[in-house]
Order: sequence, then C-alpha cells, then structure tokens
Amino acid sequence: MISLADQFLVLVLLINFISLGTSRLIFSIRAVAVQGVILGILPGLLHPFSWHLVAITIVIIAVKGFVIPLLLGRAVRSAEIKREVEPFLGYVPTLLLGALFTALSFGFAGSLPMLPVHQNYMFVPASIATLMTGFLVLTTRRKAISQVIGYLVMENGIFIFGLLLAEAMPVMVEAGALLDLLVGTFVMGIVINQISREFSSLDTSLLTSLKEE
Amino acid sequence: MFFYAALIILPLIGAAATWLIPFDRMRPKVLSLFACGHMAITVRMLVITPPESPGGWFHLDALGKIVLLSTSLLFLACAIYSIGYLNYRRERSNRMLCVGLLICLAAASLVTITHHLGLMWVALETTTISMAPLIYFNRNARSIEATWKYLLICSVGVALALIGLYFLAYATIVAKVEPSLLLDDLMRYAGKLSSGWVHAAVVFLLVGFGTKVGLAPLHTWKPDAYGEAPGLVGALLSGGLVNLAFLALLRVYQLSLATNEIVFYQNALIVMGLISMIIAAIFMARQTDFKRMLAYSSVEHVGIMAVALGLGGKAIFGALFHILANGLSKGVLFLSSGNIHRSYNSKNTDHVRGALRRLPWSGGLFLAGFIAITGSPPFAPFISEFTIISSAFTQGRMLIGAIFLISLTIIFIGMALTVLPMVMGDVPADSETTSYRDSLLTVGPPLVLLLLVFVLGVWIPAPLMDLLNEATALLEVRQ
Repeated sequence: MISLADQFLVLVLLINFISLGTSRLIFSIRAVAVQGVILGILPGLLHPFSWHLVAITIVIIAVKGFVIPLLLGRAVRSAEIKREVEPFLGYVPTLLLGALFTALSFGFAGSLPMLPVHQNYMFVPASIATLMTGFLVLTTRRKAISQVIGYLVMENGIFIFGLLLAEAMPVMVEAGALLDLLVGTFVMGIVINQISREFSSLDTSLLTSLKEE
Repeated sequence: MFFYAALIILPLIGAAATWLIPFDRMRPKVLSLFACGHMAITVRMLVITPPESPGGWFHLDALGKIVLLSTSLLFLACAIYSIGYLNYRRERSNRMLCVGLLICLAAASLVTITHHLGLMWVALETTTISMAPLIYFNRNARSIEATWKYLLICSVGVALALIGLYFLAYATIVAKVEPSLLLDDLMRYAGKLSSGWVHAAVVFLLVGFGTKVGLAPLHTWKPDAYGEAPGLVGALLSGGLVNLAFLALLRVYQLSLATNEIVFYQNALIVMGLISMIIAAIFMARQTDFKRMLAYSSVEHVGIMAVALGLGGKAIFGALFHILANGLSKGVLFLSSGNIHRSYNSKNTDHVRGALRRLPWSGGLFLAGFIAITGSPPFAPFISEFTIISSAFTQGRMLIGAIFLISLTIIFIGMALTVLPMVMGDVPADSETTSYRDSLLTVGPPLVLLLLVFVLGVWIPAPLMDLLNEATALLEVRQ
C-alpha cells in the first residue's frame, strides 16, 4: 500500500506546480482542494483500519477538501476578482525556483537518517518541497487570496510530514493543528473581507501606507 | 492539578462572561475582576508550587514562573487601565477586545505551565490569533494593513516552528525511544537522537519562534502592529506575547544544551540579536510616530535578550531579569503613550509637543519610561543590561560587547530626539483639544508598573532572587 502512497505524493508535487503556475484563482483553490483530499486519503494507505482512522480521514477531507475551499471561493466571488495579475515575481521564475527547491529537498532528505519502513519513500522530500512551494506562493503573489492559498499549501507540506508521526503524536496535537488551520483561515477570511471593503480590492501591494521612508 | 486547570479555565470563564454582558461600561470591570483572580492564582502557584502533573504535561518550573509572573502583572495593570481608557473609546463596542484579551490570557498561561512542546505550540498559535482582532480595533485602512501583515508573517513563523517540532518527534522515532514531545523526555534521550534531525529542528524552531519574538530580520510585522493597535494592546504585545515566545526560545535552548547543538544555537542567537539591535538603532532615529518608535524599542530589547542568551554564563541572569524589566517598562511606555495619543488625537511627533505641560502625569510617566527602558540607573533594565555587557567583556568577547554598547548609545540618542521634544516645550497653538484628562484609572496602572521597575532596579527581593538563580541554573552549560 505504501507504494500507492508514493504515487499520491507525486500527485501532490504536481499540484504544487499547478499552484505555482496558474493565475486563475478559482483553479488554484480547486487544485489545493484536490491536494487536501489526497492528503485525507493518505493516512488510510499507511495504517491498518480503525474507526479512529476513518474519523480522521473524514475530518481532513471535509476541512481541507471542502470547508476551506468553499470559504475561499466565497471570498473570491464577493471580491469579484478572477486572476492574480502581476505577481511580484513572474510565473516562469517561480516555477523554476519551485523545481530547484524540490530538487534541493530531495537532497536534504537523502542526508537524514530514516526508519527502515520509511526508507526509499518520498514523504520527507514531498513534505519539504510542498512547504517551500507554499512559502514561494506566499511571498511572490500580490493578492491576499493567493497568499492564503500559499499558506494552505505550506500547511499541507507540514501535514505530509505529520503522517510519519501519526503514532507518536497524541490526538490532541493533531486536532490542535487542524483547528488552528481552520481558525486561521476563518480569521484571514474575515480580514480579506475587510481589506476588500476598505480598499475595494484584494491587492495587498496597496497595503503600503505603513512603511519607513 | 487543580491550580493548573484553574489558571487556564478562569480566564476562559471570564471570556464567556464578557461575551454575554451586553453593557460596554460593565465589561472592563469584569475583565479586571478576572485579572485579579488570575493574579491571585499566580501568586499562590509561585508561593506553593504545585507538583508536576501525572504524565509530565504540566510543570511550572522556574522559567515558566518568571514569564507567568510578568504576564499576569502586566495583564492586571492593563485590565484596570482599560476601565478608564475604554471610557474614551465608547464609539465602538469593546466586546471583541475584552473577550480576545481573556482568551489570550488563558492561552498565555498555558504556554508558561506546559512542558509538552506540541501543546505549547498550540497555545502560542492561539495567542497569535486571539490578538489579531485587537490590533484591528480601530477598524480603518491602516489597522487592516497592520493586522494582515501580523497574521500572515506570524502564521508562517508558527508553521515553520511546527515542522521543527515534527522533526524532533521523528528524531525520537528514528532513535527507537518512546516517541514524545515532552521536553523532559527529549532531554533524557538527547544522547540517542540523530544529530541531523535535531539540527534541522533547531533551525526551524529558531526561525519560527524568532518570527513571533520579532528578532530581525523577521521583525517586519512589529512596527505596524504595535503602531496601529490601541496602547493597552501594544503593551500586552510587547511586554506579554514577546516574553511567551521568548520562553519558547528558552525551551529550545534547554534542548540544545542537552543535544550539543548549543554552540550553533548560541551563535545564531548572537547574530540575530545584534542585527535586531542595529536595525532598531537605524530606524529609531528620526521616527515621527511615537508608537512605531516603541515598536523598534521592542525589536531592540528582544535583540538584547537574544544576545544575552547567546553569550551564556552570567548574561543568562541578565536575560531572565530582562524578561521582567522589559515587560514592565514596556507597560509603562505603551499605557502612557496611549493616554498621550488620546489627548492629542495624534501619534505624530509633529503634532504632539509639550506633553508634560498638557498631561503632567502621562507625560512624566512617558519620560520616566524612556529613561528606564534605555537602561539608565536606578531602573531595572539598567541591572540586566549592565550584567549582560559586563558578561560580554569578562568573557573576552570584545566585538560583541562593543557593537552592543554602540547600538545602545545610538538608540538612546535616537529615542531622546523623539521623546524629549514630545514632552518638553509648549503645546502647539493649533493642537486639537479632546475630552481626555488624566485620571486615577488611566495613570494609576502605569504608575504602579513604573514603581515596580524602580524597586526592582534598587532591590531584588530574596524570593525573586532565588527564582532567578534557579531559572539560571536550568540554562547553564554542564561540563
């Protein structure tokens, strides 16, 4: 089953590149939703059946695949924006950087000791590559929504690493992480609404009144 | 166990109560009541320390005690201040503010009492999120920008810290010891943990918690958030939340000591600390917004604490004492600056002149707070800063000591150039007149904080001295 997990991780990496390369926000939100659903399926491939596992799978797919994308989609529609225009760094350079980071994370992961069961699989590189992709999206895009998407991709990267720890981490921390994600997005959603009301746009580069001369 | 639970649950009950109360005038009073209750529990726990909870998740050690004490004191002062202050802010509901403050207090207490790094992370993230609506209290374009930067940068920081924690947990799995994120377990198994994973973990934890502390170059959210938040929120951010995140850095320090990462960690702290001080020195000069000036002062002081940690030895005592000294002094500065802001309806130093004449109490407190925070005797920050500098020179680290001293001097001059014209001279003729007048409730709390800063500067009570020594011992390099 674990080799099937590897196939899914390849999909996750491909979705990273979609989120780096697309300018259509709705498309990007959907891609991240698909990524969330894949992440929801992954624990089921790694661990034997239990009701606890079923519950976790359902919660993750519901939150990452539906609730958060719906919240973001609503923000996009209410702000009436469709595309990310003029990112701070163009699409081709960010894609290249994304590829570079992905390669580097494979190198980094190779140098660290792993459990024999996890050896030869790509949880660690996929996790770090996804984290870095999220960070790239977050820092190179202008629109508030794109930045939130970047943050979600980052959290997805962290989640992949969390899979290696499913037995070690108490449920409480697991739940806490998910709750933080939800609350964080919720609060960011509210802030996004306020930005669009105050500036009639969701362009965070307009947020420049607080600057040192 | 009872007291551990009470410390968290009491503020949460308070949050529910303030949520339900329909009257704006009543809420700050209830807030103060719960702050008093929290202070009482804190004192009880400091005097008779409850034993560690079964399983070791909750354990109030000396480091936690120092941060808990400074947070509870500052919160009480801010709560009482809010009764007077919110009277002048009746144009909008204070429900969100009071509820947010109490949730933040509950999460902050949790950070200080837990030894489980995962739980500590959740609590720290909760403090970040609960403060966001408070920074947005003024509901204008500038405060939304500040809130956005704060939320985004701090969330990224905390996310990086989480992956650091995951690395640690995985290190315990690879080492085939009992998987755990309990600080005590990690330190016990330190010798067996793979150094590659621990090293990567320390890097991510430093960057993550460093963002929340506001160490340069991860400080960029600070001037905006502190500048736009109401004075009492600024006080809690710079005197409370900073210390909580610093406690997280102290936990990483304990861990590095046990795992031989300490040399790397100390060097990184010194570099980031000195950069923070230099950046503060550069941006402090010619700052025309006095709240932003205070924000850079906060960047400076987390820099001081980081350098002190990095130096080790005697400087550790300075760093720990500075938690109290800086927290309380920042309370004085932010609360009195809030009063000045209310009175002039401006935080631009072009408009704010002659504060001593217009508001003798608030102006005087602001001036005294400035003298205290820049490390002049007889106030508490002098003791900590002096300890740190002398430690740098006795260790023979001349370059660090020199950069430290030069930065402090430049910051003193830069801050004086902003503060002195503000408080001295005449009130401009065209200055806006507002309804704000100094009163017991708005002047009393910062005055009490200033007295504490003064007393700690001339005399450290024996129990506090014991506590500081005990905490220092936790951070000493063992040969």
